[in-house]
Amino acid sequence: MVPISYYLVLSGILFGCGVVGFLIKRNIISIFMSIELMLNGVNLSFVAFAAQWHALSGQVFVFLVMVVAAAEAAVGLAIIIAVYRNRETLNVDQVNLLKL
Amino acid sequence: MLHLALFSIFGAICVAGAVNLLVQRHPINSALSLIAVMTSLAVEYLLLGAEFVAAVQVIIYAGAIMVLFVFVIMLLNAGEEERTTGSRVAILFGIPGVLLGGVLVAWTLIQRSGTDEVALGALPGSPTIIGWLLFHDFLLPFEVTSLLILIAIMGAVVLAGKPEAETQQTGKGH
Repeated sequence: MVPISYYLVLSGILFGCGVVGFLIKRNIISIFMSIELMLNGVNLSFVAFAAQWHALSGQVFVFLVMVVAAAEAAVGLAIIIAVYRNRETLNVDQVNLLKL
Repeated sequence: MLHLALFSIFGAICVAGAVNLLVQRHPINSALSLIAVMTSLAVEYLLLGAEFVAAVQVIIYAGAIMVLFVFVIMLLNAGEEERTTGSRVAILFGIPGVLLGGVLVAWTLIQRSGTDEVALGALPGSPTIIGWLLFHDFLLPFEVTSLLILIAIMGAVVLAGKPEAETQQTGKGH
């Protein structure tokens, strides 16, 4: 028997790591991976709350979040490729102009 | 006891992978540690009884999405990122602030919801029952999601497609 709060704390730690990575990372791909880490943390809290309230809709929500994350990854990585093609860099500090 | 031991081991792997993602400077190392986080999260889902979610976590997240990431990292030949030094104020107040907030949230969670304990595999979410829910109660969100995937595919093709080909086509049109 494990208290549900342990799972929530773990999910909070993962989300916090994602936020910190989003802020301190300078590579655009690493920033994107930090976003995926945040999504994973939220998914864990969804499943934990589903187990607490005995509601399976929480697990269905996790499935939908995963599908949205897959779509987001496809579009986001395409944007990264387009940025790299235009700027020749992946450093977000050097991507500071809206127009070339 | 077994539940707690498994939770601790795979939770520790999760946290170690997440911290390693922050520390590593090369994106490919970050991607590999993210895969470790995702697979150990799948074990955590299994401990909660979410079998279908655990399988989908491994297949979609650790499989499809991370393959896409690794593919893009190799395609763009991403090297080590250069560190920019953050402002002194951010380091001075940011780290204690994050630690304070984290401890506060953890303390509140453990105090408030610590009484509810879950057994091993508390809520079995087998593919049968999840599929039934998806095609009965959540039919509209499911269909909307498929539309979203379609739009995402087209968007990815448009964004990552070669710009020269587009200009040539428009040039012919005029």
